[in-house]
Amino acid sequence: MTQDIRNYRITEGKPNLRRFHQARWDEPIIFELNQPGQRGVLLPRAAAEIKEEVGDVLASIPEMMRRKQHPALPEISQAQVLRHYLRLSQENLGADLNVDIGQGTCTMKYNPKVNEQLARLPGIAEIHPLQDEKTIQGILEIMYRFEAVLKEISGMDRFSFQSQAGSQSIYTCAAIMRAYHQANGEADQRDEVITTIFSHPSNAACAKVAGYKVITLYPESNGYPDLDALKAAVSERTAGLMIANPEDTGIFNPYIADFVNVIHEAGGLSFYDQANANGILGITRARDAGFDMCHFNLHKTFATPHGCGGPGGGAAGVSEELAKFLPTPVVGFDGKKYFLDYDRPESIGKVRSFYGVAPVVLKAYAWAMSLGADGLREVAEVAVLNNNYLLKKMLEIPGVSAPYAEGKHRIEQVRYSWQELYEDTGISSEDIGLRAADFGLHYWTSHHPFVVPEPNTLEPTESYTKDEIDEYVGVLRKIAEEARTNPDLVKSAPHNSTIHRIDDHDTLDNPEKWAVTWRAYQRKLKQKKNR
Amino acid sequence: MDKNKPVVYPYIPNSEPAIKKQMLEEIGVESIDTLYEDIPETLRLKGKMDLPEPLLSEPDLIRHVEKILGQNATCKDHLNFLGAGCYQHFVPAVCDEINGRSEFLTAYAGEPYDDHGRFQALFEYTSMMGELLEMDVVNVPTYDGFQASGTSIRMACRLTDRKEALICGPINPDKLSMIKNYCLPDISIKIMDFDHENGHISLGEIEKSISKRTGAVYFENPSYLGVITALGEKIADLAHKYGAECIVGTDPITLGVLTPPSQYGADIVCGDIQSLGMHIQFGGGQAGFIATRDEEKYLMEYPSRLFGITPTSVPGEYGFGDVAYERTSFAIREQGKEWVGTASALWGITAGVYLALMGSQGMTEIGEVIMQKSHFAARKLSEIEGLKSPAFESPYFREFVVNFDGTGKSVAEINTTLLDHGIFGGKDLSQEYPELGNSALYCVTELHKQADIEKLAAAVKEVVL
Repeated sequence: MTQDIRNYRITEGKPNLRRFHQARWDEPIIFELNQPGQRGVLLPRAAAEIKEEVGDVLASIPEMMRRKQHPALPEISQAQVLRHYLRLSQENLGADLNVDIGQGTCTMKYNPKVNEQLARLPGIAEIHPLQDEKTIQGILEIMYRFEAVLKEISGMDRFSFQSQAGSQSIYTCAAIMRAYHQANGEADQRDEVITTIFSHPSNAACAKVAGYKVITLYPESNGYPDLDALKAAVSERTAGLMIANPEDTGIFNPYIADFVNVIHEAGGLSFYDQANANGILGITRARDAGFDMCHFNLHKTFATPHGCGGPGGGAAGVSEELAKFLPTPVVGFDGKKYFLDYDRPESIGKVRSFYGVAPVVLKAYAWAMSLGADGLREVAEVAVLNNNYLLKKMLEIPGVSAPYAEGKHRIEQVRYSWQELYEDTGISSEDIGLRAADFGLHYWTSHHPFVVPEPNTLEPTESYTKDEIDEYVGVLRKIAEEARTNPDLVKSAPHNSTIHRIDDHDTLDNPEKWAVTWRAYQRKLKQKKNR
Repeated sequence: MDKNKPVVYPYIPNSEPAIKKQMLEEIGVESIDTLYEDIPETLRLKGKMDLPEPLLSEPDLIRHVEKILGQNATCKDHLNFLGAGCYQHFVPAVCDEINGRSEFLTAYAGEPYDDHGRFQALFEYTSMMGELLEMDVVNVPTYDGFQASGTSIRMACRLTDRKEALICGPINPDKLSMIKNYCLPDISIKIMDFDHENGHISLGEIEKSISKRTGAVYFENPSYLGVITALGEKIADLAHKYGAECIVGTDPITLGVLTPPSQYGADIVCGDIQSLGMHIQFGGGQAGFIATRDEEKYLMEYPSRLFGITPTSVPGEYGFGDVAYERTSFAIREQGKEWVGTASALWGITAGVYLALMGSQGMTEIGEVIMQKSHFAARKLSEIEGLKSPAFESPYFREFVVNFDGTGKSVAEINTTLLDHGIFGGKDLSQEYPELGNSALYCVTELHKQADIEKLAAAVKEVVL
């Protein structure tokens, strides 16, 4: 049947649904491309004189340390390796290619190309972290300047960029909390950290690794954080608070300063998880609410790419009082030159090798400099505008709701619920996500536990046009309709993706069957055949 | 530009006033300020942030950044002999091509249906690492080699339900600092001093300290100072005798020529993959791996994501998914193993590309050529009066200690003068390891040419005379 594809573009100014199909190359596993003897690259060799001089160097390796069998790596010519990975890349939806508002909490904004170019300059890509300080003044200046930017955005007094991502920053701040109480002789007594269920799971998990018992507060029935619950939870055992704001529901805690006060009065420290800072840049600041520490995800709020899951960049900020505990070294400036300050006897030490992910710091700095104070505030305002526009449009779809804070606006994201649709049709939020792949869109439910039933967290950031937001909503509306008219189509999705539905979860959860490497897979296949 | 006309930012499409107005109307509010109704007035920032004037156009931004970065001296315009955890190796062009692809660079946490490519690429990365390491389980990369070591030690102590780890020197003091902090307050770290004469791990030190309280014995091969130890099996046997796990840190680039630690008794192998196709980028290319045998008790202790291969509803189609997801902090918050989050996935994909390009022959050849060149450099330096090079009479890979005691000059003085010759001399060890005297750690890779090494030797000779 011939389709009229005008129906799939834009009609009367409104975007229609696309005839999307993800690339499907049926690409073999790389080992299946093995052509023994072929070469992907050749290496620089040792000159004849070197060879002559050193002789058989491998003989200097103790017998038991000399590898006897070559590693069983595939051998493939260069163009064929390239083609394989290009095909895999086509089977991946980057944020550059889709309207990536479905990955709430992750601030999937545009990652400017100019910043990528800058990060590949030899002045950053080809410098060694242990070079003499006078040869790395440029990168130290970037770090120093960017620290000043973050100080102004947050009101904090010092920052460290050593952590590589949000969670590692959260851990850094938990370790600083521990060092602070240790210095006050209260480390043994103060063994509890309080967080909320709508703060990222890493607040709870990192506090636990740092040695704390974790108390998780649930919100009031209207979704606002519960101040009375906090008052009931604090005690002389409270080490501190680790909390996101706005929380992952997109609700700003109006009592946040009271939360911080309650913790301070109990003798604890307050850490502000600013993974959700995108809607409040230039609007409200961590230090002004009394927080002692905060962190930013440079790969979220500051527009550096997520790289399929890193490297990102973490920035951990603290008050003057806590600055002495920050990881070593920090960047200083003596009026003439920049330097790495290692003279920090009370520091928690290292949390990561060298000084963190310098190219990410550079990209984040470049992004902030391309916007300035007005631009950063514009980022926040438009992110909030887009989110509330999306909220309005989403609530027009039968079957979806936005639990909590009824009648109120949200900051930069919303955790929706498809519970009503699920009750009506049996189509779950997860099913919707699988069907969304057929339209070239990401979709995410939420972190566990699912406090909001059948959850879906959307964050449109400042990067998308009104039409793009409409397109996303249009797809969800279409899927919700299908749930009522053709549920089997949804339940059997995806249809237009690279692969089809994975039903056999036993192969991922059963130790007899799971295979994390090709060699394990081959071994288990063989065992199965022999049985 | 009209000063009163608001800026429409290229990264913020809806900063255009007419569309903004239209969207506000649709929401049913007069101003964006209303949308912030939950933020108390007292917490609102009054006025504008005090930030530098923006560089609104790309050329202005480029000029600004290039000018600042221009102050850096690079390893392209200088001869570099620094390593110590960050290594200047050959980066194949295809590695940069692939990690620069929008689809990989800008993706995040999609499901196997929209991000099949990243699942397969990372599965292939872990699979090729598995061949190098001869181990069946390898994780999706963690932050860096430091984190891999810290987590491996925590895994081992959970597995044995013990609270003590022995770390056999020599070890990078920064890494040790990270491990100590990371293991607080649950695990006590005991450092086993090494033999300062030959740079080797001291078996006697371990024997003195190991007990039934020891959960992990950790050592590196090659060590921080480049020395290859043949004691691996003995250390592993000792660890196992006391019921401890044996953890070995290594750099996978050595494994074309060196026996993988799994073959001499390691239970957990960890390290950094920066050598496999990542630029040095001021330490920004680090990424960690952890590998174990395919046993449930090991696998269930990983905090990281583990991607497994799985069938789909179409016979023969390869699908991928998270293995044993329920152990992670994503699933069960503080009840999970440590935590999981954004780490270094793009470097994992890149290392996969690197290994696919290198193949079996490439990995063997690179091991040999690094050894040839580093041994040649050590010899050239040994010809200079007053130098002991290598300082240890022990087998080594890529890095070796040079002792300058006989020159009457400090490493700092020597390196300062080398810099005038356009050379970054080896890492000064005199603060970290005063017991080694006036010593530096030199790193030589496949990228160094004979002329580079001769230039170094000539410059050092001139400096110390």
